Amino acid sequence: MNFFVIGYYALLLGASCLAAYMNRRAIFLLLFSLTLVSFILGIIGGVAALRAVTIAAGLLALAGMVAYGFREFLVQLSEGNVGRPLRESGGVFLIILLILAALAFASNSFDWGLAEIFVAIGVLLLIIVPLSPETAKELRRAPLTATFGLFVIFTYIVAGIFSSVIAPHGEAEVIASAFAPADDTMLLGADQLGRDIFSRLIYGTRNSVGLALAATVAAFILGAVAGLLAATKGGWFDQLMGRVADVIMSIPSLIFALLMLSIFGPSIPVIIGAVAIIYAPRVFRLTRAVAGNVVVMDYIEAAKLRGEGTWYLIRKEILPNSTAPLVAEFGLEFCFVFLLVAGLSFLGLGIQPPTADWGSMVRENATLISFGDITPLIPAAAIALLTVAVNFVVDWMLHRSSGLKE
Amino acid sequence: MVKSNEVLLEIKDLQIQGFSEERWVDIIKGVDLTLHKGEVMGLIGESGAGKSTIGAAAMGYARDGTRISGGSIEFDGMELTTATEEEKRSLRGSRIAYVAQSAAASFNPAHKLIDQHTEAPLQYRLKKRTEAQEDAVELYRQLRLPNPEEIGFRYPHQVSGGQLQRAMTAMAMSCRPDLIIFDEPTTALDVTTQIEVLAAIRDIVDQYNTAAIYITHDLAVVAQMADTIKVLLKGEEVEEAETKEMLDNPKEDYTKSLWAVRSFKRSQKERPKDGVPLISVKNVDAAYTGGQKVLDDVSFDIYEGMTVAVVGESGSGKSTTARVITGLLPPMNGEVQFKGEALPPDYRNRTKDQLRQAQMIYQMADTALNPKVQISEIIGRPAQFYQGLRGSALKSRVDELLDMIELEPSHFYNRYPPELSGGQKQRIGIARALAAEPTFIICDEVTSALDQLVAEGILRLLDRLQKELNLAYMFITHDLATVRAIADEVVVMQHGKVVEQGPKEQMFTPPHHPYTDLLLSSVPEMDPDWLTTLLEERGVDNVGDAASAQIDTDASKVGGSKQGAQQESGG
Repeated sequence: MNFFVIGYYALLLGASCLAAYMNRRAIFLLLFSLTLVSFILGIIGGVAALRAVTIAAGLLALAGMVAYGFREFLVQLSEGNVGRPLRESGGVFLIILLILAALAFASNSFDWGLAEIFVAIGVLLLIIVPLSPETAKELRRAPLTATFGLFVIFTYIVAGIFSSVIAPHGEAEVIASAFAPADDTMLLGADQLGRDIFSRLIYGTRNSVGLALAATVAAFILGAVAGLLAATKGGWFDQLMGRVADVIMSIPSLIFALLMLSIFGPSIPVIIGAVAIIYAPRVFRLTRAVAGNVVVMDYIEAAKLRGEGTWYLIRKEILPNSTAPLVAEFGLEFCFVFLLVAGLSFLGLGIQPPTADWGSMVRENATLISFGDITPLIPAAAIALLTVAVNFVVDWMLHRSSGLKE
Repeated sequence: MVKSNEVLLEIKDLQIQGFSEERWVDIIKGVDLTLHKGEVMGLIGESGAGKSTIGAAAMGYARDGTRISGGSIEFDGMELTTATEEEKRSLRGSRIAYVAQSAAASFNPAHKLIDQHTEAPLQYRLKKRTEAQEDAVELYRQLRLPNPEEIGFRYPHQVSGGQLQRAMTAMAMSCRPDLIIFDEPTTALDVTTQIEVLAAIRDIVDQYNTAAIYITHDLAVVAQMADTIKVLLKGEEVEEAETKEMLDNPKEDYTKSLWAVRSFKRSQKERPKDGVPLISVKNVDAAYTGGQKVLDDVSFDIYEGMTVAVVGESGSGKSTTARVITGLLPPMNGEVQFKGEALPPDYRNRTKDQLRQAQMIYQMADTALNPKVQISEIIGRPAQFYQGLRGSALKSRVDELLDMIELEPSHFYNRYPPELSGGQKQRIGIARALAAEPTFIICDEVTSALDQLVAEGILRLLDRLQKELNLAYMFITHDLATVRAIADEVVVMQHGKVVEQGPKEQMFTPPHHPYTDLLLSSVPEMDPDWLTTLLEERGVDNVGDAASAQIDTDASKVGGSKQGAQQESGG
């Protein structure tokens, strides 16, 4: 019996008694059953098991606190209405974004080393735009899981943009012997060629997430435009698009991707194109269904009778009324695309070496697993964490748009 | 006329709160209600008065997002506010039954009527299945449903709206409850069908001495049904009295204002002696793709600055006519002329100016305004689109339009439609139509979704605008009171044909086409004996569907000659 174990039980029992005294039924049941479970765990696993429970609970509490803090932070920003000047500037904002993109591109080509800064400013501006008092109201009602998801996504964005600053070594730089163990310079050790795994993990954020994001955006533009047009135009165009979507969906997606990649060779534009074509039909189906519900409204009829063109109808009347399910779908599709890209990389047809990519990192270092080392699983965990985070956020948005209460 | 002194339901100081904008708001602020056995009480008031909420509370039920926060509900000696869910459930269906507004939405479309009917008696083990079915047939017969033996074995979609509403009443009677709550059972029905349902409900409630709470916003209807009437306003009781007393001398100002609603009238205008009609519908036949003819040889004229009301039951082709005029449904034969010139049948081929001339105001303001667009843009867009206004010119035009529809511009400029009330939304719809500077506006049941007082305001506004801007209206409605108030000429439609048309005064004085007669005599009047008298005159089997079916077969001859005479005198 050491002080840790005594403290552990004392804390649990004290907390559950306090919960019972305060009439917090749910909390009491949770804490007290944890106490009972700990008895068994303690007998079987000893102090180590109890320590694991403590660490898990601590991590959970930490995540909760981070989520809570992040939510408060966003609420405060939203209440300050930071995004207002941007939202009201309209076209100017778009021009600023374009200039930033051009600067980032130029900086990349001429090696000014400022590309990260420009991209970061652009992304920051994009994040700020939706911060308004209405968002504050929504955020205050958001579950902690959703804000935790937002926080994780935010972290990934930072890691992706500033990877060259954060990573201690270059992504293709060989600095040690193969499978060298972790030391002061290498947080997670070296991979099969002696490159720093931690640095490659950071660079992988940029490559893998960037690629998946680009592919999802492409799939969305393809699918949403086709779906909106099909819903507004109807008739033969609708039929044609529907059948094309059927044909694409009838081919197994991985097989289709492998086919395209082996025909055109595994380059980044081909990966983006192939993935976009595979996922566009799903987006098309959803957009067409959502827009189909909006198209029958009287205000659309009024706009048609006014003589408005298709483009106006889509942009001003239909799109604002179907954004919520589309945004949710974007999140879901992003996860699927991410997994598909990771799968392709694992098979060696995705992002090509020496560019770091989470999928191929798992494959390259897979041999380490048989030696009881879990480092190869860290990139996989990174994928899992992002997918879960995105899903948390999507769940919240779906819940909001469906108007469900509890 | 209290039938018994035994109290069945006693509600004392009932308070109900609803959850909105993250806090609890009082909806019902202390209402008392005493209902004796066999008594029928009418609850009337505008929407939002809390009628349905009280109706649900009488079953001990609080809808989602509401809670009973105070007071007591005692049903036959049992306190419902503190009763467990189990206890309350054993009452519902067996001792308290509910008839909803939309029978079509309340029946499960996947089961036959009779299976749904017998569910409650079987559940409570009151009857065996065969007994319950026999009883259902008996009830169907008493409610005068056609083919009582067979109708129960149909699915809900195979039965008409009025019949469905009666089947729902039969279902509520299946356990012979002590109390039935009727929540606007006839609001969604045509006037001719409404009579049938009213007569059937009244008889069966009488026969089994069932107590009832009858919720409606239509005074004339409640006058036929109820022994006592309670008037509600914003969750508070205004007054309660026996029906006759209430109709003859209401005490409170609010009640008087409800009675006075139907007073709005304006003088009837004559057609100009010479001149071309603004809109002329000529021998139009129309059908939806692959379907039957919906319009059959429809012709009528609308002159500048005049209001033409198109009346008829649902399914008579009123709205289809509007779709033909706007060009959404190109006709099979015939044409629509604007100032003597034929309009292209399809709206896509019409010029901007032709489109601008004819605007529409819709029945459901909720779906007629884009919920994600600011008011300023909804109204401003037609002005921008047709007149090319921009910047400050556009803003002042929007302000002018908002002034015209009697809404304060600075309050509404940046708001979104979901934030507005029903009447305000309808006004925005009118402003959008006006923004195009049209000469002709189609009003498709614009007042039928609104409360009486609000509807009256809209009618006055439309009338004022017509005088100021010399607009022509085509007023589609099934409400003859509205026709009386605003129309200059009336077109009566049945089964896609125009059965009678002419100036309003002529239309409201006999002799009528039998169908017009049926429509007119079916509108409930404030007199509590109206329904009794009508049924005596016509006989119980000659109302509603049955009556209009008879007209079909034998009346076309009379109608034809009459119509000819009308056109001679009118032209």
